[in-house]
Amino acid sequence: MTWRDALRTATEAVRTHRLRSALTTLGILIGITAVVLTVGIGNGAKAKVQDQINELGTNILVVSPGSSTSTTGTRGGFGSAPTLTQQDAAALATHATAPDVQSVAPTSTASASLVVGSTNWTTTLTGTTPSWSAVRSRGVTSGRFISSADVTNASAVVVLGPDTVQQLFGAANPIGQTVADNGVRLEVIGVLTPLSSSEETSNNDVAIVPLSTYTQKLVGGVNRNSVSSIYVKATSSGALSAAYQETNALLLNTHKVSNPANADFSIATQQSILAASTSVDDTLTVMLAGIAVIALLVGGIGVMNIMLVSVTERYREIGVRKAIGARPSLIRRQFLLEASVLGLIGGMLGVALGVLGAVLIPAFSSSRVIISIPAAIGAIVVAVGIGVVFGVYPASRAARLAPIDALRSE
Amino acid sequence: MSSSAVMDLDRVSKVYVLGEMEVVAVHELSLTIDEGEFVAITGPSGSGKSTLMHILGCLDVPTSGVYRLAGHDVSSFDENLLADVRNLFIGFVFQQFNLLAYLEAWRNVELPLVYGGVPPAERHDRALDALARVGLADRAHHRPGEMSGGQQQRVAIARALVTQPAVILADEPTGNLDSTSTADVLELLGELNGDGSTIVLITHEHDIAARAERRIEMRDGGLAVPSDAITRDDSVWMRP
Repeated sequence: MTWRDALRTATEAVRTHRLRSALTTLGILIGITAVVLTVGIGNGAKAKVQDQINELGTNILVVSPGSSTSTTGTRGGFGSAPTLTQQDAAALATHATAPDVQSVAPTSTASASLVVGSTNWTTTLTGTTPSWSAVRSRGVTSGRFISSADVTNASAVVVLGPDTVQQLFGAANPIGQTVADNGVRLEVIGVLTPLSSSEETSNNDVAIVPLSTYTQKLVGGVNRNSVSSIYVKATSSGALSAAYQETNALLLNTHKVSNPANADFSIATQQSILAASTSVDDTLTVMLAGIAVIALLVGGIGVMNIMLVSVTERYREIGVRKAIGARPSLIRRQFLLEASVLGLIGGMLGVALGVLGAVLIPAFSSSRVIISIPAAIGAIVVAVGIGVVFGVYPASRAARLAPIDALRSE
Repeated sequence: MSSSAVMDLDRVSKVYVLGEMEVVAVHELSLTIDEGEFVAITGPSGSGKSTLMHILGCLDVPTSGVYRLAGHDVSSFDENLLADVRNLFIGFVFQQFNLLAYLEAWRNVELPLVYGGVPPAERHDRALDALARVGLADRAHHRPGEMSGGQQQRVAIARALVTQPAVILADEPTGNLDSTSTADVLELLGELNGDGSTIVLITHEHDIAARAERRIEMRDGGLAVPSDAITRDDSVWMRP
């Protein structure tokens, strides 16, 4: 008996007992779908974090203000105290004190409602300096970015994100047009390059104004000198660590903090952001993987159960096959192959359902699912393996049957 | 022992253990069947004739005594060799037909050749030849459920003869058939015997046993003295 004959026999048996085969494969199918989606969601989440980091710009440190302590002793969260100033940013930009820092962009952000004629749109208003463009690695598709002169003169100009332009002007050319924020008229001088991979629409929906314009004309605030964060770009990715040390030392010094534990600011790196996101993803992935393993185990036990039933039900067939000369090893092979075929079908349907899930899930949630071909192939191999492993015992039972006992059964 | 003996039993016993009880199904039975014979084994139920057939067909092994098939002592054979012997030397015909319901007639007939390692094209041709031999060439692509009992039994006979075995063992082959089909099947077995096959037919009906050239009657696990004359060397098959 060739393997082809054995395979044909196995597929015929699977086809003959359609309902039973379908129910058996269901267990494996669910497990494999879970595996494929787990890996897919994990990959999607990682890609999303990677995108966010790439959009942040490479070699970037983000300095945020520290916590505040009110007179009553209530401590606010990070960023609640106006401890970062434009002077801090200027000091960091000095090559002598921070040689590994390439450029520095102090930013302040607030929500703003922009009006054009009868259209209005609420977006994130960012006040910053010309170096923002270099730090965030973003230029303009048309017009120009804000200049030093704009900052010096507190010019009433604005650079809009592509989505913001779309909302306010539609297809019309916005350059030279005027938008109003809280009655202050701003001239549109440029449109930012879109970030194509972005799912974070906030990156494409922004309004950037000179920092001086932001503090003097638009938002103001308690301390016009304070900024909500400072973006620091290192000269290279290798210099990021050095830039971190320099930034930390310089700010501790200028803020006159002797104990680093009491720092009134915090510095985030790409690594720290990545680590935070990844740890959340890993927890989720481990949980989903656990579910997938349990599902596969249950599916495998289902295969064993059904194969045992199948062997019992087909005692007579086994007896006939043995009587006409089937060696025990061939009977074992027949039932093992049958279990593997069930696993294979379950695996392939599971991958198909997983791919379908990968298409449907993003439509209903913000999760991105990326199906990897090696994972899909691996899942099918695992499914067949489960069929084999859980098929061994039933197949051996069939092979060990004495021919006369098998023939006698009714 | 005659030089043309196909099957030779020498004081063969088969004892089954059922819980605490021992059941002697066959007791010290000696028997020789020569090549080309048509032998009928009769006897009431419980006389041990089915057990005898299982031993003759290598489906079961004796508890004691020696069974030589074509001169070879099968007690030394392992499971694989017994399977090969059943495949090559013996064709079975059962009362229940025992065809696989989900396979077409020719696929059922081909099955022994599949296990015998015959190439697919040759299997196909030989299966169709065997079906033609039993007069069912036009039913090759019917499943057992689409055929009458008599036709199913003829398919089973085709399956038994497709390997050109030395012996065809038929266990109550007409037990589930009407009289017309019974006559067909018996005639077919007679023809096969005429072509040189050794046939061993087990039945409890005397008029069917009468078709055989030699009758062996069993009683209580041994041989009863047969009613008709013994034509062969008595000393060979009637050992004390």
